[in-house]
Amino acid sequence: MKTARSISIALLVVVCAASLLANVFAPASYSAQFRDVPDSPPSKTHWLGTDALGRDRFSRVLYGTRVSLLLAPAAALISTLLAVVIGGVAGFLGGPWERIALWTTDMFLSLPWIFLLIAVRAVLPLNVSPEISIIITFSLLGILGWAPCARVLCTSSRELRDSDFVLQARASGLKTTRVLAMHIVPNLAPILLAQFWISIPVFILAEANLGVLGLGVAEPLPSWGSLLRELQGYGTFVDQPCQLAALVLLVIVVTCFQMVLPSKEFAS
Amino acid sequence: MLHRVSKHVARILIMALVGGLLGATLVRFAPGFDVDERELDIRLSDQSKAALRAELETQHSIPKFYAKYLGGLLTGDLGFSRTLNRPAVELIRERFPLTIREIGIGLAVGWIVGLTLAVPAASLKSWPVTLLTGAVTAALLSIPAAVLALMFVWLRWPASVAIGLLLTPKIFAYSRNLLVHGYELPHVLTARSKGAGEWHVFFWHVLPPAAPQLLALAGVTVSVAVGAAIPIEALCDQPGIGQLAWQAALARDLVLLVNLTLIVTLITVVANSFSDLLGESLKRRPA
Amino acid sequence: MRIVSNLRLAFILAFLTVAAMAQSGGELRFCIHAEPKTFNPLLVGDDPSETVRYLTGGVLLRINRVTQQIEPELAKSWKVSPDGRKITFKLRTGIYFSDGTPFSAADVAYTMQQLMDPNLHSPTGDQFRSDAGKVETTVLAPDRVAIMFPAPVAGLDRLFDQVAIMSATSQKKELAVLGPFYMADYKPGVYVLLKRNPNYWRHDAFGKQLPYLDAVRLYIQQNRDLEVMRFVRGEVDLINTLDAEYFEKLASQSAAAHDAGVGFDTEQIWFNQVPSAPLPAYKKAWFTSTNFRRAISQAINREDLARVVFRGHAHPAVGAISPANAFWFNSKLKVQPYDPDGALHALAQDGFRLDNGVLRDKAGNKVEFSVITNSGNKYRQLMATMMQQDLAKIGVRLNVVTLDFPSLIERISHSFNYESCLLGLVNDDLDPNAQMNVWLSSASDHQWNPEQKTPATAWEAELDNLMRAQASTTNPKKRKQYMDRVQEIVFEQNPFIYLVNKDGLSAISPSVQNASASVLRPQTYWNIDELWLQQAQVAKGRE
Repeated sequence: MKTARSISIALLVVVCAASLLANVFAPASYSAQFRDVPDSPPSKTHWLGTDALGRDRFSRVLYGTRVSLLLAPAAALISTLLAVVIGGVAGFLGGPWERIALWTTDMFLSLPWIFLLIAVRAVLPLNVSPEISIIITFSLLGILGWAPCARVLCTSSRELRDSDFVLQARASGLKTTRVLAMHIVPNLAPILLAQFWISIPVFILAEANLGVLGLGVAEPLPSWGSLLRELQGYGTFVDQPCQLAALVLLVIVVTCFQMVLPSKEFAS
Repeated sequence: MLHRVSKHVARILIMALVGGLLGATLVRFAPGFDVDERELDIRLSDQSKAALRAELETQHSIPKFYAKYLGGLLTGDLGFSRTLNRPAVELIRERFPLTIREIGIGLAVGWIVGLTLAVPAASLKSWPVTLLTGAVTAALLSIPAAVLALMFVWLRWPASVAIGLLLTPKIFAYSRNLLVHGYELPHVLTARSKGAGEWHVFFWHVLPPAAPQLLALAGVTVSVAVGAAIPIEALCDQPGIGQLAWQAALARDLVLLVNLTLIVTLITVVANSFSDLLGESLKRRPA
Repeated sequence: MRIVSNLRLAFILAFLTVAAMAQSGGELRFCIHAEPKTFNPLLVGDDPSETVRYLTGGVLLRINRVTQQIEPELAKSWKVSPDGRKITFKLRTGIYFSDGTPFSAADVAYTMQQLMDPNLHSPTGDQFRSDAGKVETTVLAPDRVAIMFPAPVAGLDRLFDQVAIMSATSQKKELAVLGPFYMADYKPGVYVLLKRNPNYWRHDAFGKQLPYLDAVRLYIQQNRDLEVMRFVRGEVDLINTLDAEYFEKLASQSAAAHDAGVGFDTEQIWFNQVPSAPLPAYKKAWFTSTNFRRAISQAINREDLARVVFRGHAHPAVGAISPANAFWFNSKLKVQPYDPDGALHALAQDGFRLDNGVLRDKAGNKVEFSVITNSGNKYRQLMATMMQQDLAKIGVRLNVVTLDFPSLIERISHSFNYESCLLGLVNDDLDPNAQMNVWLSSASDHQWNPEQKTPATAWEAELDNLMRAQASTTNPKKRKQYMDRVQEIVFEQNPFIYLVNKDGLSAISPSVQNASASVLRPQTYWNIDELWLQQAQVAKGRE
């Protein structure tokens, strides 16, 4: 297990380093269009071939990794923290706080938030830079992605509130905030880590889908989500297996995260 | 018990109505609400376009619209869809059974596959198993829904299984971590040291403490399944509520969207209330 | 000798009889991409409803989709008065609706009365509205009818291609039809099933009643990728509009893919010239400058757009009217060549200059603007991204924003909160009078600056005059002169920067006989009553 974890960490470091040093490793700019060779197979100049506009796929994967690998975990962190605050704390406090949290969560799970996203796009200027657009997109995903986890956290938190060690901690005069920080949140870690791990690929894909609403990564900046959109066609990746590169990389990275994130010794 | 159930029923109804109103408000204030694609039809005269806009203005006031809608609801009239040109009740009645069936099968598939992966990952604690189960669920998380939908149509597999596979990673991740945590509890170590078999340990010592959270997760997966049904039905062209919701969202069909929000809220709240009630009743059982 | 020639004749007759018998039966299947919004032929405005109308509706006149000429249908002959206000039809006799009710001039009168009801707001009816005032239909005889309009209607006879005649007396209302098929079943979200009209009036050269097909099944399939998949699997027989990316795939697998040549539809971008638009004044100055628009047009590489985005199945566009519209196209106009240096020269005339690779106007503002287009259209997104690179070469930064359709319509028609827009125009009607609402400055479809109280520029005033002039005369030569001048003005002023004309791409299964692809809609089943399915191929395809 230790070896597997080390390999996973090494892989993640390699991927991160390659993406941060994309200027060095990429054979071409992510936006350069080699219009004489659109949809071309791998070659000496284009290691993973080119996309529909003749852009070097390897370069776009490298630069896209930078966008998705930085921002998706950040958005996942936001959604996890919100889930802890709303679900975890409310479950511990109980009473009307818990009821409000549960009502809010249920409502959040039911409402068509697509319209809020459409409204956000309407408020943003059309000439917002791709970088700001992508930051706003992932922030929104983080802010809207907390509800499923919060419900589970609420239940867990309620169970923990009534557990012996927490009762003992409170009986010994520990303040509520310290009980939360030292005893509740660490024991919620299994759920928090699950939430964090799932959210990364979910947000990467969701970012691509938000392109329908005018949010998400704007051309020509690539992201894993926009690269994965290439797969959405009948038989396209059969003709061009290199289109699977972003998918394979995403699976590897997500699996590595799974191996790297701690999975035991949660009891305080 | 009856008092608790009736409290939950009242809460469900209030939440559904509030959900409908909030949903209507979100739709009303989203850009593109008071437009119609027909405005771009160059064959239509300016008078016809003006008539189109006047028709849309009748839905401008949300309180009036919602009051009228609630009045109709009491008599079974769910309004008229302007984009599909049919009564909403007919559209929902035709499509609801398909979606419920798909969600039901999807949930079953999601839980069976999710737990099948989670239990060995938690109990065996070997890195090859962790790697394999992690890679499988990572792949399921990473494949875009559109690609999954296309694969399923090509393989002639039911779309409901695609919904199940979209749920699997979430169920796996939470369940696995909860069960791992369960295996680390002192009483489990005691049970093992006293010679209890693995299945006995799992069913009598690991699962019960995780049950309330798993039940909460079950409630949540219902609403996640409803959310997953929308893109899968839209992409697989299945004539269910999900496809209807997607069409209604793109066309800003307020009547359909309010009805569908109400239905989704009802399903979400009923599922979560049921899991809450079940969780409470499990807690009340003697140890 | 005589015995041999008799034998030969008998053999030929036997062969033809067998061939005629083989040309029957079967269910043709293809997809429509949304639910039909209406089955009332007078209210048709969307593609799926139009498909059902085409297959079920009987019309007085039909435009042959290949020759582009008007042919008699339910009307044996017709005459348009010299002033273009009246049309008289002589109808065929002995024809019945699908439910057995007889067809006569009274049905034509009833249909026109319904169609021209101002409260109907019918796209078909609105095309006949040349002026306020009543449309009078007079039944001259059971087989003769005259329709009088308050003002001349340009291309009057061609418009009857879209008017499906309804029965004045049938209990079945719009379900009683005169076309080759009638609506037999509708499963919402799944299919529309049309069955052979047993009372259809047309017969083939051998006297066999048409249509040959027993039924047509229209699957409701939004996803075009799935449509291609189903075609490859033999589950559907036609793809009426095939995406360029699938053309090569299907062409290599079978002879199923067809490129009927340059089509009538255009793709174009335009700049927002609405004075009240919430844009900075300096940007409004750019967009209202003819030099600026011309420069942008010169900086776009249309050849690359056609070659890369549409895989060679498109042609650089000249203007509003495609070269496929042979009569109306102004052949003196040539495609704007790709000329970035020329673009910079044109911009310099307005005081723009390059500053370290960034184009700035005379006040020093960086030239940067956005283009909005509708999401879900892969080709527009690709075109916008290519233009982004083209304009970058002249120092212009173009931001591409894809929006869902209602949000886009809201911006271009209501709030005018946009800078430029990339959309296409579907040209179903060859007669340019159909574009009246685009060129009149007071109209709502005058996209760059709609609903003007008075024309904002001299050239728009000239466009108004020209469009009204061509609508008020029936002389085709004069109309052609007017429309040539309209195209010249549009070419000079670039209110729309035309990009490409897409080819008419379609797919027809080898089992479908007698089919030939056209660029006019409906591309593959325009002669639906003469199509038939080769049974052996069908059986093979359905295994």
